[in-house]
Amino acid sequence: MKKIISLLLTLLLVAGVLTGCTPKEPDKPVEEKLKIGVILVGDENEGYTFAHMEGIRAAMKANGLSDDQVIWKYSIGETQQCYDAAVDLVEQGCKAVFSNSYGHQQFMQQAATEYPDVKFVAATGDTAALSGLDNFSNAFTNVYESRYVSGIVAGMKLAELDAAGMIPAESYKDGKVLIGYVGAFPYAEVVSGFTAFFLGVKSVFPAVTMEVIYTNSWFDLTAEGETANTLMADHCVIIGQHADSTGAPAAVEAALAKGTVAYSVGYNVDMLAVAPHAALTSATNNWGVYYTYAFGQVVKGEKIATDWAEGYKTGAVAITELGSSCAPGTQEAVDKAITAIKTGDLHVFDVANWTVNGIHLNELKIDLTGDFDTDDPEDKNAIIDGYFHESEFRSAPSFSIYVDGIFEK
Amino acid sequence: MANKQPLIRIRKKEDRSFLEKILIKVIFIILALVISALFINSVTKLNPLSVYSSMFKGAFSTPRRIWITVRDTCLLLSIAVGLTPAFRMKFWNTGAEGQMLIGGLMSAAMMIYLGDKIPSALLLVLMFVFSAIAGAVWGFLPAFFKAKYNTNETLFTLMMNYVGIQIVEFFVDVWDKKQSHSVGIINGTSHAGWFPSIFGQQYILNVLIVVLLTAAVFIYLRYTKHGYEVAVTGESESTARYSGINVPKVIIRTMLLSGALCGLAGFTEVAGISHTISVETSGGRGFTAIIVAWLAKLNPLVMVIYSFLIVFLNKGAVQIASDFNLNEYASNIIAGILLFCILASEFYTGYEIVFRHKEEQ
Repeated sequence: MKKIISLLLTLLLVAGVLTGCTPKEPDKPVEEKLKIGVILVGDENEGYTFAHMEGIRAAMKANGLSDDQVIWKYSIGETQQCYDAAVDLVEQGCKAVFSNSYGHQQFMQQAATEYPDVKFVAATGDTAALSGLDNFSNAFTNVYESRYVSGIVAGMKLAELDAAGMIPAESYKDGKVLIGYVGAFPYAEVVSGFTAFFLGVKSVFPAVTMEVIYTNSWFDLTAEGETANTLMADHCVIIGQHADSTGAPAAVEAALAKGTVAYSVGYNVDMLAVAPHAALTSATNNWGVYYTYAFGQVVKGEKIATDWAEGYKTGAVAITELGSSCAPGTQEAVDKAITAIKTGDLHVFDVANWTVNGIHLNELKIDLTGDFDTDDPEDKNAIIDGYFHESEFRSAPSFSIYVDGIFEK
Repeated sequence: MANKQPLIRIRKKEDRSFLEKILIKVIFIILALVISALFINSVTKLNPLSVYSSMFKGAFSTPRRIWITVRDTCLLLSIAVGLTPAFRMKFWNTGAEGQMLIGGLMSAAMMIYLGDKIPSALLLVLMFVFSAIAGAVWGFLPAFFKAKYNTNETLFTLMMNYVGIQIVEFFVDVWDKKQSHSVGIINGTSHAGWFPSIFGQQYILNVLIVVLLTAAVFIYLRYTKHGYEVAVTGESESTARYSGINVPKVIIRTMLLSGALCGLAGFTEVAGISHTISVETSGGRGFTAIIVAWLAKLNPLVMVIYSFLIVFLNKGAVQIASDFNLNEYASNIIAGILLFCILASEFYTGYEIVFRHKEEQ
């Protein structure tokens, strides 16, 4: 008897819960107020997402959107949760849905197939052009430009240390000064980034060679710190990074305090808080430029570019405030380079500045078919007019070869 | 008065009526809501009622949200139900995560390799069978070593999770065409191996499968000879042996079943929900289901309530983040208070607190 009562009560509860709300029809879009949905992999406690949130807020202001016109979904995993969130936003009346993490892309694309009237953007993704969908886009900043400039900052420091005779003898490898790089994954995005950084260093201080170690994670405080320690144990003098935590700068700061000659170049956020003496600068994105453009297109009812990538010219990338350890004259060198990039006088991947097995390439095909090889007829050569056209055919970075001077142990 | 009673004592109380138990539960849930309300108001200055109504909205405000809530409840329930036969036997299967992943992996593999070769209905049937087999194999290994060599099943099943994760990682790399570490939506255009929509509803099959499996497990454990053997083995292996039950056989058979059920949860997730495979396919549900199974005291029907409660809290968490910018810590605290109060209510249904003066009367 008790069992039956318990069963009935259970059913009653479930039924009550289900029926209690169905009559209350979902809030229909009574007014025709434009709505935009954003799907974020984290929240304001996570640097990468925080940068996107800042960008979105700037875009709201620039396009005169009120708080109730943007619906935020925080901490959405790169799983079915993303698809559910996207469809939920569509049902709430959003005319465009943005997601900020690479792993969201497949789910956004699925939603884009099903809702052709809504615009979907997977930031940092790379399949929009291939998908053939008119309402699906990708976006990326030309962060390789700011990485190049952050390389100049590091190069200035190397030159200063070298002139003062402060670089220890063990740090010279075949007459070249050893620097290190903490990479996340061996993907094009990372390779393109560290190559730009390396070329930036080389433009100031040519006698340099760089060791790269991958952590196989985008965000791992401990692993990034440990990797930085390994690189410093190998006598690397500068530690660059393409990983999202403050692990590496903090490790470099600790080592510097103990007398090791090492300085850090960060990513995404200003690292001076965790490494006041060791941090030189960080390469950053200003997502506001993109969101302002994209929200504007939504407001105007126009198409969002399938592949969007911009850099210094529109202010989509930058480096953070120079640390107090930077060499004198750094600011001037930085300003000069930025101006040259803006005017088009300087191309980061200028073939004159890098070689592969000792040869200056004049052809480098990139994969445009999404199968990760470059032997399809659609795959194009990206070296035109003497430089590699990064992020122009696709917004996502595509420079994925190791140039001479960069090595993995 | 020489040996005075302590001021407060705890006494076992087994004769509470069913209504009394329900009343205690209700009181504690209200208490949880009140404590959470105080927390919400003191920390965020928001009206707790609007926060609760926002959580409710997150799970129920549109037909689609209701379906997703039901769908996720069913998925969590199916894993908890899968764990039940093993737990009844006091075999601590902490490997649902891995069993589910391996079942899901099998489904994904068949979708990829057979998607364009055989009809979708046949494919679904094969996926069902082979996912169950894959999960069963993951359940069999620890059971075999437990039965033969009395190895520790908690550690063994736990470690099998990591083996499962690594195998999934490996296949994600094999199937990933872009070196982006994701397989993408499988058969996104052909929908081969996807659960079909029934009456225009995407998730009916998910619900149906889980309801049938839950009922089957309930009957199996309560009314069959196998179920009886499981219960006796769980109570005491010696008793089971004396009464002529082949204990190793029961252990292996029950874990084959438990693993197969968890493998089927992977099948439901891959074929019926996400249509892709990654290490996130299980997403910690294999562990959450342990909480569900225990809170429900291994009663498959009560598990419906707790699965629902946990899914409801998750949906509510996303919604209050969206509406009030309360991040996941806030919703974690609310969930924590609620679970704590439910545990406290468990205590009060089995024990009572006695004060001294009451005793003296």
